[in-house]
Amino acid sequence: MTGANSFSVSGYGPERAGWTRIFARDSVARRLDWPMLLSGLALSGLGSLLVFSATRNRTEINQGDPYYFLIRHVMNTGIGLALMIGVVWLGHRTLRTAVPILYGVSLFGVLLVLTPLGATINGSRNWIVFGGGFSLQPAEFVKITIILGMAMLLSARVDAGDKKYPDHRTVLQALGLAAVPILIVLLMPDLGTVLVLVTIILGVLLASGASNRWIFGMITAGVVGCIAIWQLHILDEYQIARFAAFANPSLDPAGVGYNTNQARIAIGSGGLTGAGLFHGSQTTGQFVPEQQTDFVFTVAGEELGFVGAGLIILLLGVVLWRACRIARDSTELYGTIVAAGIVAWFAFQSFENIGMTLGIMPVTGLPLPFVSYGGSSMFAVWMAVGLLQSIKVQRPMSA
Amino acid sequence: MTNIPETGRTPRVQIRLVVIQILVLSLLGTLGGRLWYLQIREGASYQKEASGNHVQQVVEPAVRGSILDARGVPIADNETRLVVSASRTDLLKMKDDGRAVLTKLAGVLGMKPADVMQKVRLCDAKTPQPCWNGSPYQPIPITDEATPRQALQIRERSEDFPGITAEPEAVRRYPAPGKANTAQVLGYLSPVTDDEIQQAKDTDSPYLRSDQVGRSGLERQYDKELRGKAGVTRYEVDNLGRVIGKAKSDAAQPGANLVTSIDSRVQRVAEYELDNAMKIARTQFDKITGENYKADSGAVVVMEAKTGRIVAMASAPTYDPNVWVGGISAKDYKALTGKKSDYPLLNRAIQGQSAPGSTFKVVSTAAAVEAGYVWDGGYPCTSSYSVGGQVFKNFEGENFGPISLGRALEVSCDTVFYGLADQQWKKDGGINPKKGQPKDYFYKAAHQFGLGKETGVDLPNEVTGRVPDRQWKESYWKANKDAWCRTGKKDGSYVEKIAYENCLEGNKMREGDSINYSIGQGDTLVTPIQEAMIYGALANGGTEYVPTIGKAVVSADGRTVQEIKPKVRAKLPVSQATLKGMDKALAGVITSGTAAWKFGGWPQDKIELHAKTGTAEVYGKQTTSWLATYSKDYTVVMTIAQAGTGSGASGEAVRNIYSAMYGVQPDGSIDKKKALLPTPQKGLPKIQTDGTIASPKVAKDPVKDLQKADKQDPTSPDGTQPGATTASPTATNRTTRRRQRGRGSRRMLT
Repeated sequence: MTGANSFSVSGYGPERAGWTRIFARDSVARRLDWPMLLSGLALSGLGSLLVFSATRNRTEINQGDPYYFLIRHVMNTGIGLALMIGVVWLGHRTLRTAVPILYGVSLFGVLLVLTPLGATINGSRNWIVFGGGFSLQPAEFVKITIILGMAMLLSARVDAGDKKYPDHRTVLQALGLAAVPILIVLLMPDLGTVLVLVTIILGVLLASGASNRWIFGMITAGVVGCIAIWQLHILDEYQIARFAAFANPSLDPAGVGYNTNQARIAIGSGGLTGAGLFHGSQTTGQFVPEQQTDFVFTVAGEELGFVGAGLIILLLGVVLWRACRIARDSTELYGTIVAAGIVAWFAFQSFENIGMTLGIMPVTGLPLPFVSYGGSSMFAVWMAVGLLQSIKVQRPMSA
Repeated sequence: MTNIPETGRTPRVQIRLVVIQILVLSLLGTLGGRLWYLQIREGASYQKEASGNHVQQVVEPAVRGSILDARGVPIADNETRLVVSASRTDLLKMKDDGRAVLTKLAGVLGMKPADVMQKVRLCDAKTPQPCWNGSPYQPIPITDEATPRQALQIRERSEDFPGITAEPEAVRRYPAPGKANTAQVLGYLSPVTDDEIQQAKDTDSPYLRSDQVGRSGLERQYDKELRGKAGVTRYEVDNLGRVIGKAKSDAAQPGANLVTSIDSRVQRVAEYELDNAMKIARTQFDKITGENYKADSGAVVVMEAKTGRIVAMASAPTYDPNVWVGGISAKDYKALTGKKSDYPLLNRAIQGQSAPGSTFKVVSTAAAVEAGYVWDGGYPCTSSYSVGGQVFKNFEGENFGPISLGRALEVSCDTVFYGLADQQWKKDGGINPKKGQPKDYFYKAAHQFGLGKETGVDLPNEVTGRVPDRQWKESYWKANKDAWCRTGKKDGSYVEKIAYENCLEGNKMREGDSINYSIGQGDTLVTPIQEAMIYGALANGGTEYVPTIGKAVVSADGRTVQEIKPKVRAKLPVSQATLKGMDKALAGVITSGTAAWKFGGWPQDKIELHAKTGTAEVYGKQTTSWLATYSKDYTVVMTIAQAGTGSGASGEAVRNIYSAMYGVQPDGSIDKKKALLPTPQKGLPKIQTDGTIASPKVAKDPVKDLQKADKQDPTSPDGTQPGATTASPTATNRTTRRRQRGRGSRRMLT
């Protein structure tokens, strides 16, 4: 299977993608999924306020500039939007041809993290730090490349009309493709991302129409894997402790349970309408750690209350709803798989992130899509939106 | 609508996509539900938790009020000490939790690093003392004895000692003006416990974690007034304890000052004389036990007769109350409270009780009059009194013939009271009285005099003493009969025989019990403060006052003065005529009675003294001496355990106390200039406009000044005794006195 092969399957060549199309009447701009785009923008905009609220007093990390994180968050969102436009412009089918390159680059990226170039933050070695305060988490981009790679493999025969469903060999190949980066991420160790990747695989396999045996096999393997990880002490002590604290934060409120407890207090104290932006005592007092990134939802919970936090869930719901629609409406399996993979990604990451702040999921270091501060995540998320938009845009319209 | 091409779309995929969609939306629904639960349903409790989270209290302790004597001399106040404290929140911000800083600090203070670490660790169930049980946000004191040099080192190099402060702070001090120790009366402080915080939580004077609480004496009795109110500043803090805003602050209100009726000079004299009397007693040979008197404990009370105010109250053995300041060491604590200690924390003036001996005869005399015996009747004072084969001998075997009640009191004739008590016992129905028959005049009188319950003195933990009436006998027998019946033997040892008798009829008022009781022996127990109250009432014409030490509570700014007025407790059940008779008889004790050999040369015409001596038998111990006296204005009661007779052990000491107060010179003349307190202190010391209370110059040691004049005093405490004008009670003839029984061992002072 080669990139050229899959390229030829596509009914729409890259020659149709271009600036002219975007500005043309009844074309790209019209066909964009605006509810999803606007929801995403609203989430990122809300995110910038929340990040600002969480960081304006944190002199130890904002280098004395209260706007440091705000500006960077807005910039990241801008870059993310540009990346989205780029992806739409290129079209997901073009990217399909580039999958081997993308896959190779992202694999190289996560491997690089394991070299001395990688930096360890919060116990996980998942950063590459460049000069000038710029750093990247290659694992974020692995999410995209796994989706694209697996979609390419699984849809090739089906889209070509050879088969109704991907055969076992193709599924195995796809799983092998995903397994390599997952193992590397597991070595970092970045458990959260591994969980996201596994969920993506599940979503991709589901959407690909792969045999039910694969689906149940995956689930069984996941359960067995969890038990094995637990029993074989593959996880670090802190990861197990985090899990235990999620189950019962009162066990150790000063230690591991601290995050969970403070997060829950912050959200719970918000009430219906919240303390008002910049007026949350938990936020101002910096009781919740990692509040601009993993725990950004607590700012919304405390300062904007049920109304604001509920709005975030609602907006995420709109994005996911639209993504589901795109998956269902895609004319080819490739687009369906890509969209479903992104749905699995966004849904799991949102549920895990918000769930951990609400105390119903264990604490893992995962950002909230669109909202959390963090360049890599923001770029990856908007690139994924770009993919979704591209799938929608490039769907043939009825005459 | 769009026309969806069929390419790549299979029903399986389509169904699965719908499943994914439903799954995704239900996950979001779960989040929404959980959000609603946390924010709407449980929101209030989380709001509470959040506010507790970010508000921290910093407590500025109120300066504790001083305790002053009647002239305004502080007997408990505060001194400024250099206190070195560590802020836990600052230390914990350091990488090594402040270990390096504390080690460096230990070096400067000359302490062991481990000791310093222990002081700053927080107390919990697993952490033994020393540890800090206050708020972790409160600076934790490491030492209150820093030298100015050490404090300077710390303050000048503050960058080397982050989180460490060296500040002057008010620390409790017991200055003992003119060597007046007053330890047990003052009491002591110790940090508040968790239980107390919980208990006082909803009262109008809640405790703060940093509070020191009065544990005994005046410090405890007037704790609420003295403590004041700590200032609390509530800060909003962030997760590292950094202050991000000030929420609320209440300024500290310093505690009020307590003016007492104690005169520190008289207190010093009383303490000295008590101690000296005990020392002398220990040089005296007790012929009954064949060894020197042990004189192991004692107490003296000097009280204003007309108000009940305590001028001096001393208890021996004593201790230095300053050991409590800044936290007592384990060693010191053991020395004060351990089994091997002589329990110096006890205030034996209110917590020591023993049989009153003959000092009780004033009660018996009043009871006899009440029972209808005429004052001047001729009551036979024989040398002994026989009851059913038992012979109760007169104290010294004297025979005065028929005498009046007054004379019986004066010469302390036991047999007169034996006879009266025995007659009453028979009238009351003997050993098996009918119901309602006993009049029990002798017991009723004791209750009317206020025995058997607390006097109500403004000191905590006063004991009641005991009137061994029928009711008490019944309950005591019920509590002990099993043991008595088990160990009692008819023909066993003395103790076994007693137990046997008690087992049979310990619940009944026996003839011997009543006879013994009439002269203050047996099971009767009184405290020195009760004696002082009774003799004070005899002095003032029959009114018993509640003994008080506190005279006024003066607010720190001096604006409000809350006086503590004398309170009448009861009227003695004695007619004025009887009082006069008793007064005369007790004066006779000084001039020609049992105390005369110690009061030779006393200017009785100018300062009339009255006294009653007592010698209480204690089974298995040497006798307890009692001397209860009064003048027009004062009553002085002294008791010493295991020290022989009342006059022998305490005569000179009590006389010296009177001499000091009235300025009586050894030759019997009165030097008013040298008199410490010829009339009771009226009114309060002057309160200045700034709220401080004027205090006169304090002599180094009033006793020294008196002794200069006392050089030729014939009764100086050198152990020699002047020729007695009346027969002095000696140990020899006491052996002839038959004590019927002595139940159990009665310790005087525990």
